[in-house]
Amino acid sequence: MKIPNSEITPYELYLNRRKFIKSTVLASIGASLPKGLNANHSDNSEIYNAYLDEGDELNKFSEITTYNNFYEFWSGKGDPAKYSKDFKPEPWTISVDGLVNKPKTFDFDDLLKKITIEDRVYRLRCVEAWSMVIPWQGFPLSALINIAEPLSSAKFVKFETIFRPTEMPAQSTGLLPWPYVEGLRMDEAMNPLTLLSTGLYGHKLPNQNGAPIRLVVPWKYGFKSIKSITKISFTESRPVSTWQSLAPHEYGFYSNVNPNVDHPRWSQSTERRIGEFKRRKTLMYNGYEKEVSYMYKDLDLKKFF
Amino acid sequence: MIFLTKHYQGFKPIILLALIAPSLFWIFQFFNGKLGVNPIENLMDKMGLMALRVIILTLIISMLADIKSFKSIVILRRMIGLIAFYYVCLHFLTYIILDHFFDIKFILKDIAKRPFITFGFISFICLMPLAITSNKFSIKKLGYKIWKRIHFLIYPAAILSSLHFYMLVRANKTEPFIYIMIVCCLLLYRIFKRIIFPYLVR
Repeated sequence: MKIPNSEITPYELYLNRRKFIKSTVLASIGASLPKGLNANHSDNSEIYNAYLDEGDELNKFSEITTYNNFYEFWSGKGDPAKYSKDFKPEPWTISVDGLVNKPKTFDFDDLLKKITIEDRVYRLRCVEAWSMVIPWQGFPLSALINIAEPLSSAKFVKFETIFRPTEMPAQSTGLLPWPYVEGLRMDEAMNPLTLLSTGLYGHKLPNQNGAPIRLVVPWKYGFKSIKSITKISFTESRPVSTWQSLAPHEYGFYSNVNPNVDHPRWSQSTERRIGEFKRRKTLMYNGYEKEVSYMYKDLDLKKFF
Repeated sequence: MIFLTKHYQGFKPIILLALIAPSLFWIFQFFNGKLGVNPIENLMDKMGLMALRVIILTLIISMLADIKSFKSIVILRRMIGLIAFYYVCLHFLTYIILDHFFDIKFILKDIAKRPFITFGFISFICLMPLAITSNKFSIKKLGYKIWKRIHFLIYPAAILSSLHFYMLVRANKTEPFIYIMIVCCLLLYRIFKRIIFPYLVR
């Protein structure tokens, strides 16, 4: 396997080249596209190729939107695309509470006016040992945190998916404890890579991908990237995430991609990139080691998996 | 009405075709890109689930054969058992060739380290002697008693296969749980019939 460019390009250059190029043109496209356009999307991937790492290829829109883990719409990979059609992501609000100056509820459209949408092409690595490369649109979580003004006592951020059993069929069952909960440490939440995504391939997020707004934490296993977020709380104690509460020996709070620490059910040393035949070697922190490893240098990664 | 051997004999080719056809269809779909976004995983899951279902089918046939009017159904068992082994092999080959492309070092580690794969692999090992001795020659050579004992391995194989499925699933374990229950019921029935019932009668 080729060494990804991220490991040999100087840090600043790498960031400039791939991640932090703001595209206001695309931003306006992303925000103004009518929903119906999702249906006749053409894989116009050329604009995103500039942000790719060497050896990575964008996954197709059709792959990204038909192979999902979103248990609110049942547990099969094809289920979210099938059973999320009745979900209504508009109108939408996000409430911010806990250890903040002023608890507040944001209207999603109003929030979009306060921020700038950027393009981010990220690898997504699922704990089940498959991966994709996805061109997201969104804004850094840090932008929202800065607007929210958390208190200095806030050490963690807790996220909740909306609970709407009439539109999310599996929520009427005990498939998982609802609502789905995830969390990040404050420094992880403020890391420039951590994204709140509102679109992909220049389209509003499809329902099955977590419409209208979801988290994307590219150096962690996919289940950390919680979908359809409606509540964000700042807390002093570490929140317990949904998968962690179900099987604490299998899913840790950190869940950083780590080829050296196996999940009891899946070896994490390799992965299948969707669309490829042979497995790839999984990269430490999913290839984002330079950007994130400083946060974990004092952490026993085998213990805090 | 009593079904006779010749009735079942007539059904054999149809049953063979009906049970083999899905595998051919999936292989066709696989090579034509019709198995979705992650075709290797999909093919492996389909073959594995079918293997478990056919294994259970052979156990049900054994039970049905205890009912007087279905006695002769037992002549279908060997063929169906071999079809189950055929699916187990396809499942295993998908894992070795398509999923890991002969990365034997990785596969051995996987079998040793991951309980659900260990269980699946032991189940496969259990089924091998059954497949090898599924012929008249072996029964004669081994004697019916020993042959019968060897073929009791179908029960551990069935239990391990259903556990293999149960442990693989992350949530929504209802389906694999149903398979485990079916296998347990069939095993309890066998134990009752072979051990407890003869004791009561005596």
